[in-house]
Amino acid sequence: MSTQQQQGQHEHREDLVAAPSRFPLREVVLFAILMAAILGVYAAMGAAYSTRMLVEAACYAILALGLTIQWGYAGQFNAGVMGFVALGGYSAMAFSMPVNGEFWASPLSGELGMVVLMALGGVMVVVGASRLHHLGVPRRLRTGLAVALALLFYLLVSARLGVVTEQIESQFGYIGGLGLPPWLGWIVGGVLAGTVGYFIGKVCLGLRSDYLAIATLGIAEIIKAVLKNADWLTRGTATVSPLPWPVPGPAEVGFTLARALYFSVTAVMIVVIFFLLTRAYHAPWGRMIRAIRDNEISAAAMGKDINRRRLEIFVLGCILMGIGGATLGSFNGLFDPQGYLPLNHTFLVLVMVILGGPGNNLGTIFGAFAVYIIWVMSEPLALAVLELAITFGEGSFGWDAPTNLDSRALQARVFVIGLLISLVLRFAPKGLLPEKVKHHG
Amino acid sequence: MPLLEARDVYGGYGGMNILNGVNMTLEADQIGVIVGPNGAGKSTMLKAIFGLLVVTQGEILLRGEPIHNLPPHRLVQQGMGFVPQEHNVFPSLTVKENLQMGAFLKPGNVKRMLKQIYDFFPPLYDKRHQPAGELSGGQRQMVAMGRALMAEPSVLLLDEPTAGLSPLYMHEIFAQVKQVNSAGVGILMVEQNAKQALAIADKGFVLAAGQNRFTDTGAALLADPEVARSFLGG
Amino acid sequence: MNELVFFFNYVVVAGSVTGSIYAIGAVGVTLVFSIMRFAHFAHADMMTFGAFTVLLLTTAFPGAGAALGLPTAVVMLPLAMLLTAALAVGIDKTFYKPLRAHGVKPIVMVIASLGVTLMLQGLIRLFAGTSGESLYVDDRKEIFRLALPFEGARAPIVVTEPQVILFVLTIVCVVGLHLFLSRSRLGKAMRAMSDNPDLARASGINTNLIVAVTWVIVGALAAIAGTLLSLDVTFKPDLSFFLLLPIFAAAIVGGVGHPYGAIAGGFVVGFAETLAVFNWSVLLRPFHDNLPEWLASADSLAFVGTEYKIVVPFVLLVAILVWRPTGIFKGKVI
Repeated sequence: MSTQQQQGQHEHREDLVAAPSRFPLREVVLFAILMAAILGVYAAMGAAYSTRMLVEAACYAILALGLTIQWGYAGQFNAGVMGFVALGGYSAMAFSMPVNGEFWASPLSGELGMVVLMALGGVMVVVGASRLHHLGVPRRLRTGLAVALALLFYLLVSARLGVVTEQIESQFGYIGGLGLPPWLGWIVGGVLAGTVGYFIGKVCLGLRSDYLAIATLGIAEIIKAVLKNADWLTRGTATVSPLPWPVPGPAEVGFTLARALYFSVTAVMIVVIFFLLTRAYHAPWGRMIRAIRDNEISAAAMGKDINRRRLEIFVLGCILMGIGGATLGSFNGLFDPQGYLPLNHTFLVLVMVILGGPGNNLGTIFGAFAVYIIWVMSEPLALAVLELAITFGEGSFGWDAPTNLDSRALQARVFVIGLLISLVLRFAPKGLLPEKVKHHG
Repeated sequence: MPLLEARDVYGGYGGMNILNGVNMTLEADQIGVIVGPNGAGKSTMLKAIFGLLVVTQGEILLRGEPIHNLPPHRLVQQGMGFVPQEHNVFPSLTVKENLQMGAFLKPGNVKRMLKQIYDFFPPLYDKRHQPAGELSGGQRQMVAMGRALMAEPSVLLLDEPTAGLSPLYMHEIFAQVKQVNSAGVGILMVEQNAKQALAIADKGFVLAAGQNRFTDTGAALLADPEVARSFLGG
Repeated sequence: MNELVFFFNYVVVAGSVTGSIYAIGAVGVTLVFSIMRFAHFAHADMMTFGAFTVLLLTTAFPGAGAALGLPTAVVMLPLAMLLTAALAVGIDKTFYKPLRAHGVKPIVMVIASLGVTLMLQGLIRLFAGTSGESLYVDDRKEIFRLALPFEGARAPIVVTEPQVILFVLTIVCVVGLHLFLSRSRLGKAMRAMSDNPDLARASGINTNLIVAVTWVIVGALAAIAGTLLSLDVTFKPDLSFFLLLPIFAAAIVGGVGHPYGAIAGGFVVGFAETLAVFNWSVLLRPFHDNLPEWLASADSLAFVGTEYKIVVPFVLLVAILVWRPTGIFKGKVI
């Protein structure tokens, strides 16, 4: 055991010394190609358009880093990135939109506060009831009591909330924002996403790995449903815009410059996150995470608190997704819950990670930019291909030309993303820039 | 022609050899017993014969035909049966269903074979509608052997059939092994209870570090003082 | 009395309908779980594919049902089952088998099935669009009203023709599946492989054959479930993830890898959903005068609004994972 520990220390040093010794040919070539592609887009589409694309790609890179530590570092598959992105977007909106003074001045704000207090009180009563066995109440009775109380409070609060929110919606639209700087919303977005991630992880991480995928898929749809239907909170399908930026907006300095400023903010964020993650990866904590991923049983035998480590990494990933979602939300300038789609906000990120290289931060960033450029550029392409298919279809099968071309083009992209996932898993399971795993004697 | 022959077999898991040149010959109707210290490669040899791990060098012949690296279901077709040491029954299937699974490739003679197995192992008849997972260890071992016999193998491989059983059951299992053998089935088994096993063995193979150390008749090995000192606990 | 009839129509009938659909869906998911040990995310889109095939066939031969006195869609179902089964086997051969041969972790299979589901989704919606369509192309949906022989029961019990078909088909499926698993050689081999794949191989069971048989059954069941769902309401091509969650919840609630558990789980989830969105104020109407004001004035007393229906299977899923991860029937795959 002691020799093993010594080896561990040696190996840590080797990591630091050995890393620069190999010339990173693959990395250089891939990033050169990426650079050329970006320049090509600039030449073809103009600076304003291309810079917008870069900012969005940068936001996706943050999401992808969140997913790569969950999937790549720890082997946890999060199928509900969209939910965490939407939470971040909501938080960015709620913090940065101006205060709705009319609503706060009205008695309804007080009533909403009462509902919140009632809900808190209910939670406390139920939690109290669930502890009653400490006072000698039989466990069955305690469980029954807690469940009954929970149901009762749930009904009371939701009935009351329904009444209050209906009035808010009819009188003020929605409760408005907090009028605070957007970056505060970004941080809180991360916290919100991390909190949801904590509860999901707490339930699922000790069980089969599939259950986490199922649960995250579910929570994502639920978050979207809430944001879409709680009009008093988000204006629902009516959408909220324009969201303020943390940097001067296009109205003040013009599209290109404003977007470039925004890009520099996201770029700094990526660099900071990248630096911290790389350090964590090589630190004992990161090694432990990978040990658990690669061989759970022996890691457990070495006395590592597996579930705790797993929870840490999962929450961390969710926090990054929340932050990334918030930066993306602010940049879009529009909060539209219906705009959150599994394809754009879960599977696109998944493709970025598995194509770039799960567990390799640089590869993930490469994957994010490369895939996003292809994604954006494929839209006109998909339309063209579809038109071709329709002319063919009409000619040979007498197929009715569909009216809603745009949504059909979207479906073609759904197919392509699915195909891409299948192909990468089959032919390049480690991605273009594989995680460099060191084998120790 | 010997029933089963292994010539200079090398093999193991994940590129590491555990077997470093094992030789074995078993004639039809014989009982062969593999003994040796832990890590000698006894179970590994059995798995190599049954195609559960890659043989990197050497060959294994069944009635003169090379069979190494064939998939298990082909080996069952060619008349080989295998009883693993652990997890050797289908716990949620009834005893009868377990036995039926043994004859999956020969559905024609299920009825006849079932009768024969119940004759071999009378306790199984009474429990035939019970899930195998509810049986005792010894009875489970009978189900496992019965399942393998359902395909009418010419050679049966047993991996530590008495592991974890009480001495009473151990003797019963050995008696049944002899009975099966006298019905014309060649037996090759790995055993920890080396003395008792060698006592019923026509042939004994003492393995150490993935190689043959001694190969002789069971009686001769039991009588050999060196074997007794190093491998049979004095 | 009328309120009770209302309750029967809107909870017992509706819950059984949803429950049956989830049950048949969950059996498919649980079979894949028990033989191949991964959560098959493409199941919902296989259901949609089956229903879409029925829709296409029904549109092509709208009069075929009249000859047999059944809705055309039901007559076309066997053919759709066959096609969906072929699709399932083909998907396995093309996408899952190579990964299995590499011995990847189950979670990689999950991601692969997500890739497959996206491809299916894209293709189906490319051709079907995203709006709903009725499977009753040329037939009429019969509605049966059963008047009750009680004093004061003016409202009849209402059951539609597709619902009757659904109950009959569900019973046929469950009995058929039971007979297959407990009597047939392949069914027993499937159970054996679910119990202990290594031993199944050592017994000479051709596991490739069992995998193929499993996909045939899974595909056929998916076609049935999808068609029943579409018959009851309309064919909707974009349900995928909204169907997946209750079906997975049903499979896990019943005990993963346990076909009978999946059936029970399906009904648990189906009834839970129906009860949660049911408007209880209807039942309170007779007592209107004796109720406290806040209760009497509420015109909607549902636990969750229909727009939050998806929360119900999720809550059930979380509850079962917290308290009894093996499910009611103690699943084999934990």
